Amino acid sequence: MMSLYTKRQLINLINMTIAVLMTLFGVFWVVWILWTTLRYGLPAINLHLFTQDTPPPGAEGGGLRNAFVGSLILLAIAVVIGTPIGVLAGTWLGEFAVKHKLGAIVRFLNDILLSAPSIVIGLFAYAILVDPLGHFSAFSGGVALALILIPVVVRTTDEMLRLVPGSLREAAIALGTPYWKMVTKITWKAASTGILTGIILGVARISGETAPLLFTALNNQYYSSDLWHPIANLPVVIFQFAMSPYANWQQMAWAGAFIAVVFILALSLGSRWLINRNGPKV
Amino acid sequence: MNGSEVMTAENIEDAATSEQKSARRASSSVADFLFRKGTGVVAFIVAAALLAIMVSLVIEGWEALHTFGWKFLITSTWDPVTNVYGALVFIVGTLVSSAIAMLIAVPVSFGIALFISELSPRWLRSPISALIELLAAIPSIIYGMWGLLVFAPRFSQIEPWINDHLGAIPWIGVLFQGPPMGIGMLTAGIVLAIMVIPFVASIMRDVFMITPPALKESAYALGATTWEVARHVILPFTRTAVTGGIFLGLGRALGETMAVTFIIGNANNLSASLLMPGSSIASVIANEFTEATTSLYKSSLLALGLILFVITLIVLALAKLLLLRLDASLEGKKS
Repeated sequence: MMSLYTKRQLINLINMTIAVLMTLFGVFWVVWILWTTLRYGLPAINLHLFTQDTPPPGAEGGGLRNAFVGSLILLAIAVVIGTPIGVLAGTWLGEFAVKHKLGAIVRFLNDILLSAPSIVIGLFAYAILVDPLGHFSAFSGGVALALILIPVVVRTTDEMLRLVPGSLREAAIALGTPYWKMVTKITWKAASTGILTGIILGVARISGETAPLLFTALNNQYYSSDLWHPIANLPVVIFQFAMSPYANWQQMAWAGAFIAVVFILALSLGSRWLINRNGPKV
Repeated sequence: MNGSEVMTAENIEDAATSEQKSARRASSSVADFLFRKGTGVVAFIVAAALLAIMVSLVIEGWEALHTFGWKFLITSTWDPVTNVYGALVFIVGTLVSSAIAMLIAVPVSFGIALFISELSPRWLRSPISALIELLAAIPSIIYGMWGLLVFAPRFSQIEPWINDHLGAIPWIGVLFQGPPMGIGMLTAGIVLAIMVIPFVASIMRDVFMITPPALKESAYALGATTWEVARHVILPFTRTAVTGGIFLGLGRALGETMAVTFIIGNANNLSASLLMPGSSIASVIANEFTEATTSLYKSSLLALGLILFVITLIVLALAKLLLLRLDASLEGKKS
């Protein structure tokens, strides 16, 4: 007959063991997925990947140059559109609407936009930019990515500005600085590392997005830098190549996946380093 | 702008004449006004984006909604040849794959959060947290590729075992009978679970960490075991936020596209077995949108997008409401 004490200890031991196993279970998948991309991706990397364009079906050789360039163009469009909008909206929240009822509503809606399914955002970009204009375009893809980037930037800008000590603002205003000058010269500066981190994390997030590009930027077998026509981009090329029956396409998809993961991890680590370097103050 | 504050600044600037001063004061207050209103307008545009998405999807999906009416939601036919479309198969597919994902992800996330907050030595905390958060950084297309090319072939070797053992259970056995293809609803659910674990686990960890030590310590002082503290002190205290975190994860799972498209099997029919291929709303849009030739076909896909948007909107709004208190208490901790 087991005493109550032993029974409680036993239940505790079993559940704690399960907790440890669950953690190992979580770590197991990260390691497996990263290991897979490394194992298949690294051997598939060669110089042609960066100097040649995507090959037609069945052909040997080829690379991903047009996809890399296309992805960078799309990211550039997203950053150029998304950053100013995100920072300005975040500034209103963090400077003018901290305890504002409207601010709370905007913050709430922005948080929902932050988690909204990216495919729906792609459909929206299709509805406002592709359908009316009659053709797929790099620009519409960039806008779709910008819409995913914006809520990330809004949120970090808002949070970072609210961390700026009020005494800094009071000191500036006491010297007669107009409010707009105080924000642009002082609080933005104080929060700049944090805001930059937010932008980098946002870029990391959109650089792997595939779903919103499927029917906006589409894909292009050839090299193109024309914003008003379909453009090749890494995620969609990976999608197409990984689903294909051709061995060399699949290899190239792994190489692309590896490069995408390295790029995204570098951005995440970079933003972590930025925060740590400047300390936890802002 | 307060008058006395302006005076202080102007005393320093002796060179300025009184006209210049008043002109500057006027222009700076105009600039302030524009700055405040300008940023406000941008903020409202961002907030209005949700509404704009909704409106555009209603407009674009109107043809399908108008043609099929409420039947669109409960029809399981999806036939581009006869131009008859119904959303039922995809709604069920989305809900079932997400349900499987949450059944797996919630206990695992709870275990991870418990490990990090209660069991782990201090030095191990941040490496483990970082590793789990890495799962969130990996793009979904990589999950899809890995799922299709690496995980599914392995999983198809386990499926005969699932057939023999789980399939033999009365009542629920029918869920686990089917050909061992590796891809299908169950595979999609498992991969989705891996994808939402970091979101759910990090919220659980955060709230477990801010449970007041006094509460935990008094329970320990009464002789409670770690499990009893977790079950009877931490969990009741953090219940609201934990539910919020689960809903947030669910919102992610419902809208996830690429990984599901790779591995769900893309079959446009309902089947009782979880081992059979299926389709989700997101996967059918991703697969068929560029092939949709008739306007009714395209409109039906956009109407599917609208349904997905409405479902996730409700789930995410619930999640945010449940998490509001957490945000407030985290804020209190920061300052």
